[in-house]
Amino acid sequence: MASYSTSEFKSGLKIMLDGDPYNIVENEFVKPGKGQAFSRVRVRNLKTGRTVEKTFKSGDTVEAADVHDTDMQYLYNDGEQWHFMDPASFEQMTADATIVGDTAKWIKDNDICNVTLWNGLPLAVEPPNFVVLKIIETDPGLKGDTSGGGGKPATLETGAVVRVPLFVQSGELIRVDTRIGEYVSRAKE
Amino acid sequence: MIPHWRPSASPAALRARAAMLAAVRDFFSRAGVLEVETPIASRCAGSDPALESLVTRWHWGSDAAGQPLFLHTSPEFPMKRLVAAGVGPIYQICKVFRDGERGRLHHPEFSLLEWYRPGWDYRRLMDEVAAVVRVVLGRPDLPTERLTYRTLFRERLGIDPWTAGCDDLRTRAAALAIADADSLDLDRDGWLDLLLTQCLQGQLGRGCLTFLCDYPPSQAALARLRQDEVEVAERFELYFEGVELANGFQELTDAAVQRARLQLDLETRCHQGRVTPPIDTAFLAALAAGMPETSGVAVGLDRLLMAVMNVRHIDAVLAFPVERA
Repeated sequence: MASYSTSEFKSGLKIMLDGDPYNIVENEFVKPGKGQAFSRVRVRNLKTGRTVEKTFKSGDTVEAADVHDTDMQYLYNDGEQWHFMDPASFEQMTADATIVGDTAKWIKDNDICNVTLWNGLPLAVEPPNFVVLKIIETDPGLKGDTSGGGGKPATLETGAVVRVPLFVQSGELIRVDTRIGEYVSRAKE
Repeated sequence: MIPHWRPSASPAALRARAAMLAAVRDFFSRAGVLEVETPIASRCAGSDPALESLVTRWHWGSDAAGQPLFLHTSPEFPMKRLVAAGVGPIYQICKVFRDGERGRLHHPEFSLLEWYRPGWDYRRLMDEVAAVVRVVLGRPDLPTERLTYRTLFRERLGIDPWTAGCDDLRTRAAALAIADADSLDLDRDGWLDLLLTQCLQGQLGRGCLTFLCDYPPSQAALARLRQDEVEVAERFELYFEGVELANGFQELTDAAVQRARLQLDLETRCHQGRVTPPIDTAFLAALAAGMPETSGVAVGLDRLLMAVMNVRHIDAVLAFPVERA
């Protein structure tokens, strides 16, 4: 298995600690002029999302984590598992609710998602930054109101609820920024 | 991709560097200290286990492979040879090189101001260091304080660094929430370095110049030892706003003791599987010939300039950091 020395540490490097894959968020080289050098790092656990600090003696090595991101097409949900396909190789993979998490409320069939693979298996799934979804339920609102001020909640076809302007109606398509979970504009098919 | 051709230092930082160098030269000119140059590339190198030299090769004569020349990590050995030769007080401004060091406060080549005061005690030298730094910072009223290494550890951490064992230090480090302290494999000085850098250093020199002095004998480097209540190394470091700016010694002038320390360093390096450069016998010969009692100090000029410019990263004061060099 590949390993990294502390001198290779930099943000974005994926390493194994206590059996879990981590991403290095920040690395600081610390050394007294006449003494022992250290690497003080902030690392994020890619399974739990929690960030912790670690200190290494310079020259120590850690195992590399076989983690990389790839684009995959979301196919369908069978009730327990979300099914994805690599659009190049047509290889299919499944991910459960703990992996898909909140992403589930933004994606629908055929969306291209960013899937983080660890040892070839999905570890996390990110939705596209922008998705177009149909409103299935929202209060009728007042005719003629185009100010957009105030807004109202709208339930989307995937189950997500976002605030939309009053003039937007059930049955319409809207564009949503999934990173902040907010309405962007009305959309065409 | 277009390569990074622009400097990483601002024009103001480049001008401040020139002003700093001019101020330092003016200071020493007035003080009657002679500017000198010594070799950057030498057949010998320092043996300090905490430092690693960059090495190049010199091709001359019959050996086609050439012979290694070590880029100096500090000009201390040849400068002490000049002191032993009787040239009086001397200073040097030079680039020095340290392999394997890179970070917010580290760069593999950096500018050092080093000077030697024959006949001076290291306490008197600390006053002169403060004077130079005040001039460069443009803060003539900046207060100074002196703190011994032992007092610092006793008062702030409740540890006696002369007597605490590795297990005590490990326990203290873990209690102070140093991440992962339990899993680190360090020797005694390594634990002291960890506690100093992670728990103490950041508080030193806040609004003043803090001289940390009288180190454990195991961290003497090239300093003379003195017997107090405990044996101490007559060594000091200067801290300003949590950053180490300088390291100085009451220089060890005993050739036999110096040889023993260099050999011990080489054994440590050999044990760690690292390069063991040849011992600088000319330096030892200079000590044996009779070097006057001397104090000497090295100041990191890039870090001093960082303090002048009030910036957090060394790249902000370098024209071209190594990644763009």
